[in-house]
Amino acid sequence: MELTLWTYEGPPHIGAMRIASSMEGVHYVLHAPQGDTYADLLFTMIERRGRRPPVTYTTFQARDLGGDTAELVKGHLREAVERFQPKALLVGESCTAELIQDQPGSLAASMGFNIPIVNLELPAYSKKENWGAAETFYQVVRELLSNLKSEEKTHDPQAWQEQGRRPKVNLLGPSLLGFRCRDDVLEIQKLLNEHGIDINVIAPLGSSPADLIRIPEADINVCLYPEIAESTCLWLERNFGIPFSKTIPIGVNATHEFLSELHQLLGIHSYNPKKQTNQSRLTWYSQSVDSNYLTGKRVFIFGDGTHALAAARIAKEELGFEVVGIGTYSREMARPIRAAAKKLGLEALITNDYLQVEAAISEAAPELVLGTQMERHSAKRLGIPCAVISTPMHVQDVPARYSPQMGWEGANVIFDSWVHPLMMGLEEHLIGMFRHDFEFVDGHQSHLGHLGGSQNQTYEQVEEGTITTNDSALTEADPIWTTEGKEELSKIPFFVRGKIRKKTEKYARQVGCRKIGSETLYDAKAHFKA
Amino acid sequence: MGGAMLLKETGPREVFCGLTSIVWLHRRMPDAFFLVVGSRTCAHLIQSAAGVMIFAEPRFGTAILEERDLAGLADAHEELDRVVKDLLARRPEIRTLFLVGSCPSEVIKIDLARVAERLNSALGGRVRVLNYSGSGIETTFTQGEDGALKALVPLMAQSQDDQLLLVGTLANAVEDRLINLFKRIGINNVSSFPPRESTNLPTVGNGTKVLLTQPYLTDTARALINRGAEIIKAPFPLGVEGSRLWMEAAAKAFKIEENLIHSILEPLIIRAQKALQPYKEQLSGKRLFLLPESQLELPLARFLQRECGMKLVEVGTPYLNRELMQPELELLPQDTPVMEGQHIEKQLDRVREKQPDLVVCGMGLANPLEAEGISTKWSIELVFSPIHGIDQAADLAELFARPLHRRNLLNDKTLTNV
Repeated sequence: MELTLWTYEGPPHIGAMRIASSMEGVHYVLHAPQGDTYADLLFTMIERRGRRPPVTYTTFQARDLGGDTAELVKGHLREAVERFQPKALLVGESCTAELIQDQPGSLAASMGFNIPIVNLELPAYSKKENWGAAETFYQVVRELLSNLKSEEKTHDPQAWQEQGRRPKVNLLGPSLLGFRCRDDVLEIQKLLNEHGIDINVIAPLGSSPADLIRIPEADINVCLYPEIAESTCLWLERNFGIPFSKTIPIGVNATHEFLSELHQLLGIHSYNPKKQTNQSRLTWYSQSVDSNYLTGKRVFIFGDGTHALAAARIAKEELGFEVVGIGTYSREMARPIRAAAKKLGLEALITNDYLQVEAAISEAAPELVLGTQMERHSAKRLGIPCAVISTPMHVQDVPARYSPQMGWEGANVIFDSWVHPLMMGLEEHLIGMFRHDFEFVDGHQSHLGHLGGSQNQTYEQVEEGTITTNDSALTEADPIWTTEGKEELSKIPFFVRGKIRKKTEKYARQVGCRKIGSETLYDAKAHFKA
Repeated sequence: MGGAMLLKETGPREVFCGLTSIVWLHRRMPDAFFLVVGSRTCAHLIQSAAGVMIFAEPRFGTAILEERDLAGLADAHEELDRVVKDLLARRPEIRTLFLVGSCPSEVIKIDLARVAERLNSALGGRVRVLNYSGSGIETTFTQGEDGALKALVPLMAQSQDDQLLLVGTLANAVEDRLINLFKRIGINNVSSFPPRESTNLPTVGNGTKVLLTQPYLTDTARALINRGAEIIKAPFPLGVEGSRLWMEAAAKAFKIEENLIHSILEPLIIRAQKALQPYKEQLSGKRLFLLPESQLELPLARFLQRECGMKLVEVGTPYLNRELMQPELELLPQDTPVMEGQHIEKQLDRVREKQPDLVVCGMGLANPLEAEGISTKWSIELVFSPIHGIDQAADLAELFARPLHRRNLLNDKTLTNV
């Protein structure tokens, strides 16, 4: 039993709903009680979909449990098939139905429907949403391709050359409630088109069962979101010999690498990354003098595996930040995240507990947090600028404008959305600096709320708000700040104050200093520069 | 019984479960914690219904059952003890802990009453542990509050004093206002249940006259009757008329002179009707379809029909307690279709066929209907907004007029731009 106040991922059947709702012409009969219908609002409110998810909930009640719930399931199956005329039927159960073991998938299989039936067994008490989405996508593809298996054993990813056509690939993994999938797909399509590569099938987003049957016609698969599509790509590789790309094109360097990988897999020899025009402004914006102040900015990264990994790479290689913390809530991605953390000299944080993430942020005292909407809230409480890089989805993560994360334009979007919060932080400091000027209008509103620079903060206020959150375990050996030291500290811009405080305390402990005054601050400053 | 045409329907439903009421109950009693014993789905449901974001550590959570909890119930009980102890150590300010049953905990038959009993003796009165079920196999949406309040009834002290007890969560400002009005009428001893502090429970006994503020408190009402209280029959305090009848019923039960009630309420009524007028103009003649969800559907339909001139196409309700709803049913026009239960697909077919001007529905359905060109009002907003009492009637009407007004605004704009 696990105490959960908030969860990054829903249960696995929500993942199945994401696949079903992303597709056309499928229907999902979900054996579940009425409360589970809340899931519709994830799609209609957060994604603002103008259509209900294609899901029939059996909404069994306590009084049904004494009778024949299997009959009830069959009734709903029959009605759903008749009403919605799906081209493929997904059948599964949520946590409660899993306990009563009606086997809705087997029931559906016995009813003589003339359509493919995908029986989903998603263990609700051990797995979560992304796993459920991946498993569902895999099961749907597998079921729809089950008749093809024997015919297509050999696959040559470079056959397009002999066939006198352009190479074509599948984009696998984009789904509803995935981070910026809608726009990523457009960006990647555009990118590949520029390189003479056609798209065969995009799935699950916008695909029909008939589209999925065409998957083996592609030369290679592009695995855009490993959380959703990796198991499917692996299966397609094993059973059809179709290789798949592993680079996720988020960031300028990764986009280059992605293009190289695709060209190599497809046997196109014309690609030279050095010659190719980098169409992203990120590179130049990052080089321009204005970005000098970004140097060594301390960032804390938390999100799904794919976006956290990409963020770490961009932060380090393309913006010159220092990564001071990295983690993910997806256990399936723990291994690559741990490896990335090790390279950065860090220990990865793998957890589903947002309070633990908040504590880690507070401890690392970063200048920028790249996280989920929950980290945005934590960062706000801690007075640290934040940009959102990952699911779980919030209505704000589905912007009206074109806003991909992948490809050249994605890199532009990332530059803007990471740097703006930092600029705002700088602005806060300036507001604080100018507030003693007589022209200054008091009550200037800060986007960071009470922790911004617009208020005349005393050290105590600062301490309450930002610093002591994680210091409940002060021991006798810890140095004490003198009034004079506190005053000196309060003159430091708030967005670097946490870092300076920690470094000074570290220095004080190293040299055995018990009381930190203003001189200690300067000593520490010189010590760490040296 | 009045003129309503009572119908029933079964099939797939689209309703929240009783866990959803935690979203407002935890705000009403800040010293209480609601611990759902359930699955990841339960946790995800509450955080999604609560508006997805949490701005501070919440006063509700879920003890998520894992595979090994399902394997042995004895272990599940031990595990729950451990989770509760951890939680209470973390949140020492909690005075009342509600263990809330869910679909999975009901199906595997975790006896939360026994767990509560054991924890109560272990905690020695430092924290009171109660239990109720918010499971979707037994309760819908607002019924969760009924369960929570019923669980509190045995803790209420016995007293024979005459008092008026307002039962059901109200917005604090509205509650203050209503109590103030009752005092002006001459009913001085007024208490509220649930209280604002979970430990500050009102008394109950033979002198207690209960006025329900919400229509979904069937079990709580019964439990209070068993403690000697008397339920005052009245329509619910939505709209000018409903609120007037509701207050008059209370006054009558306390044998207050009619002239006095009249002299106090009359100016409020005149003022409220004036405030209502502009919305009445917007709503009058418009056709309304209410899908079942909050259990407020009948009183709302009555208000919107009688005071705002709307035409009722269909009034859905998750379940119908004929006894409590009788005063409401009597006020509905002849042959109003009142549909108990739901077959969501067939109901939406009727919505499409009848093309109402406004549909009251759950959040999951609102945007799809809007996309089809049908204006909607989310029912969940009604359980969060201060809508009770004579003074709030215009605000309540405005909630329904706004979507229509907005559609007009946007349509006009499109026309001028084209």
